[in-house]
Amino acid sequence: MIKFNLFVLPFSLGLIYIVYSIIMHYYRWIKALPALDKVKLSTGIRTPSKVFASLKEIFLEGLIHRKLWKRNPLLGYMHMSFALGWFLLIVMGNLESRVYHGAHFNAPYYPIFLKFFIHDRLVLFFEIFTVPAFFRFMMDFLLLFVLSGLVLALVKRKQSNWFGMKQTTRHSLFDRVILTCLWLIFPMRLLAESYTAGYFHGGGGFLTQNLGNLLIAVTPGPAELIAYFFWWSYSLVLGLFFIMMPYSRYMHIPSELLLIVFRHCGIQPKKWGSAFSDLEVYSCSRCGVCIDACQLNFAAGINNIQAVYLIRGQRDQYIPENIALTCMLCGRCQEVCPVGIKVDSLRLIKRREIGSGQVSDFSYIASSHPGFADVVYFAGCMSHLTPSITIAMEGLFTAAGVNYLFLDRDGSICCGRPLMLAGKDKQANELMEFNKTLIRQTRARLLVTSCPICYKIFREEYNLPIRIQHHSQYLLDLVRNGKIPLQSQHRKVVYHDPCDLGRGGNIYSAPRELLGKISDLLPSEKECANALCCGGSLGLMNTSVQSKDEVTRNALHSLLEHEPDFLVTACPLCKKTFAKHSGTEVKDIAEMVYDAIP
Amino acid sequence: MKQSVIVIGGGISGMTAAGILALQGLDVTLLEKETAIGGHVAHWDRLFPDRKKASEVLDFAMEGLKKVKLVTGVTISGISKHDDGFTVSTSLQDAGCGMQDANTTQLPPAADHDSLFTASAILLATGFDLFEARKKEEYGYGIYNNVITSADLEKNFKSGKAILTHEGKVPGRIGIVHCVGSRDEKVGNLYCSKVCCVTGVKQAIELKELYPASEVFNFYMDLRMFDRHFEELYYEAQQKWGVSFIRGRLSECSENPDGSIILKTEDTLTGSPLKMTVDLLVLLTGFVPAQSAKTICSMLDLKTGSDGFVNPADSHTKNNLSGINGVFLAGAVKGPVSIQEAIADARAAAALLAGYIKSTLVND
Repeated sequence: MIKFNLFVLPFSLGLIYIVYSIIMHYYRWIKALPALDKVKLSTGIRTPSKVFASLKEIFLEGLIHRKLWKRNPLLGYMHMSFALGWFLLIVMGNLESRVYHGAHFNAPYYPIFLKFFIHDRLVLFFEIFTVPAFFRFMMDFLLLFVLSGLVLALVKRKQSNWFGMKQTTRHSLFDRVILTCLWLIFPMRLLAESYTAGYFHGGGGFLTQNLGNLLIAVTPGPAELIAYFFWWSYSLVLGLFFIMMPYSRYMHIPSELLLIVFRHCGIQPKKWGSAFSDLEVYSCSRCGVCIDACQLNFAAGINNIQAVYLIRGQRDQYIPENIALTCMLCGRCQEVCPVGIKVDSLRLIKRREIGSGQVSDFSYIASSHPGFADVVYFAGCMSHLTPSITIAMEGLFTAAGVNYLFLDRDGSICCGRPLMLAGKDKQANELMEFNKTLIRQTRARLLVTSCPICYKIFREEYNLPIRIQHHSQYLLDLVRNGKIPLQSQHRKVVYHDPCDLGRGGNIYSAPRELLGKISDLLPSEKECANALCCGGSLGLMNTSVQSKDEVTRNALHSLLEHEPDFLVTACPLCKKTFAKHSGTEVKDIAEMVYDAIP
Repeated sequence: MKQSVIVIGGGISGMTAAGILALQGLDVTLLEKETAIGGHVAHWDRLFPDRKKASEVLDFAMEGLKKVKLVTGVTISGISKHDDGFTVSTSLQDAGCGMQDANTTQLPPAADHDSLFTASAILLATGFDLFEARKKEEYGYGIYNNVITSADLEKNFKSGKAILTHEGKVPGRIGIVHCVGSRDEKVGNLYCSKVCCVTGVKQAIELKELYPASEVFNFYMDLRMFDRHFEELYYEAQQKWGVSFIRGRLSECSENPDGSIILKTEDTLTGSPLKMTVDLLVLLTGFVPAQSAKTICSMLDLKTGSDGFVNPADSHTKNNLSGINGVFLAGAVKGPVSIQEAIADARAAAALLAGYIKSTLVND
């Protein structure tokens, strides 16, 4: 006998719509992948290790929310209770429905509304070990689990700081409507199941049965009708949620699953945007963790341009220019993003749309043969504004007896990265060609640069056939090989991680090891991947000097907490930016090493 | 009873005001942090636009100080305001802190221990500091030997020593850079320091007088020849002395092995990048708010602008009033001024202050 009631229709229609919608989205994303990425995907999903890794990540991040647990246990628990709780409710509900229905195929609504169709008699104490009783217990337990998350979500609206968040996302009206639907689903289920269990004097677990008995006792009126009203409400909010879901942030649930698979198959974002980036946009849950991480927010009070708002703009097919351009591209937000969205690359895609129309003329650049050497040194234009760095580097090359060539001694051709940060890749490529030719002509086997901005683009965009090192790595090698004798000066120093060297280049230990040999390195509050940007970022296109100054002063306040003798960094731009406001002398690591030669 | 006044700051503004106040029959105490009075003018050789000797201007101001009690080598450690005036406590500067200069009017410190002074009114004439040229690292001051500041050059003029490169040669080509630390958001100073343009022109002429065969280049953004006779001086520099003026902000410098300095800039009138070697580079460093004024401002709760200089009660009508009854302002404490302007402003402040004291007496 087929169990059916009219109230299952809203849910069923919603379910059909959302399943259709997800399939269409998946189809569109996979179809839009470039040919090479399609190959990666089809190979990837046939590679057991990649499938296993994807499943593991889906479990850990999609259900458990491990990254959020690490950030704040309350926040992690809240997200886990919704995701894992709901997931297990579905799984457990399906299993439970099979106890009562032997068919191979159940109507999808059947497990969802099982308690409407099946009413057990009151369970006696000794029956607790029976299979139906087990399910009743588990289903109530899981419902309670989800409801506990709901309570926390309500608390979080008022007390976000308990969840480790100072600021949360300002949601749009539509987002608030669907959020209300989501929050209503589980209370409706609780009430529907409780009233039914109470009315039939059985069929509920420890939660729904007791609550049902109580509700029947205290509320007057036709209990069966009230229960029926709640079954309708439950189905309606579920149906509404599913209908709205493809247009809402909750598309992040199915999207993130595919994103994880894409990533494990080795698919990367493309410069000019791709299905991968579109999928990333859909995978953002708008949790707002990026807002607190942003220095423009907490130091300069600019609170409308953070990653979550950029991505929301992308979903709505409209990003105001100021959101794309007002960003230091420091990478702090993508470091904390629980979904691991490459926000900087998304922002650069938008900048390329804005910046690609402009034309530059580099015909004035004349270059002659630079000569030959073992090591080619490219200081970078920023280092030319901090001659102490280039003087130290030349002194160190000489002290170590290296056959080097200072490629841009006589004025540099820009590495191209400032243009790229402005979205002007075509112009940047022209400059890169000049530099590539010069570097190749030297026949050097190693390129050393003093500027992390140059270092990043040399490594990521130049495709040079030689080794590339930032001077902090190179100097450490020289010291380890005994080429430079050093004597510790025992001065207290704090090290500042430049964005492009740390988060951008993953170089954290080399400068610290080097400084450890020549000074007394103090810890600082925010280090390594959590390090602050100096505020001088070339990525920040349209922000007032005052806002930048506020970022700088805020970062200095944090760095100078332990009152070091020197603030040491490994980037000429950081050095210059800090020197403007610092009461403590700012030095580059190369200067420190040079000064430590006995 | 004779009314007393405290003037804080013994530069040209403070000296001038103190002199006028003493002339009005007031009991004037002048407090100065250095061991000698005279301020920045004491380190200058000749003044624009008429090339008058700075020492003559100082001597004139000194004339008025005969009846003024001078207390040098002290810092202000506290100021309290009460019904009939102010109490200022001072502490001795650390020994060796004061600048010594051969031609400065040397005085034995009147204070040999921490002291208290009371007065009916205070005149704040704490002046300015010179921009720390090292902050503009790309210009190489403190890194390259042949990069000096306009103040260094002026001291050399004053000492009568030959102006030579670090290597002891006559500089064949000299660069003068305008707007160092002024009109430069990168160092946090958006304002114009007013006096550097004409100082650059004056020093260019003086260098040409010394070495007619040398070439002198001024690198500027604008030339702000705002006051009487400045434009004439600019014409003289070009027509009589052949000084070159290149419109372009210096971007960076580097050093040749022989110690000469390579300049990278742009001639913005022709729109072309420019590279040039000079034997000596002079940086025209601008004004920054005096460090010593900052603590005094917080003691008196005085308002400063975003540039760090003290805001007068009104920039037109009350520009010598601080907004705090009995506290008056004179000179560069309010922002960049020329010496001529500082003297005029100090006299105006002194006149207002004297009037304030008389009206207080009448009211009593």
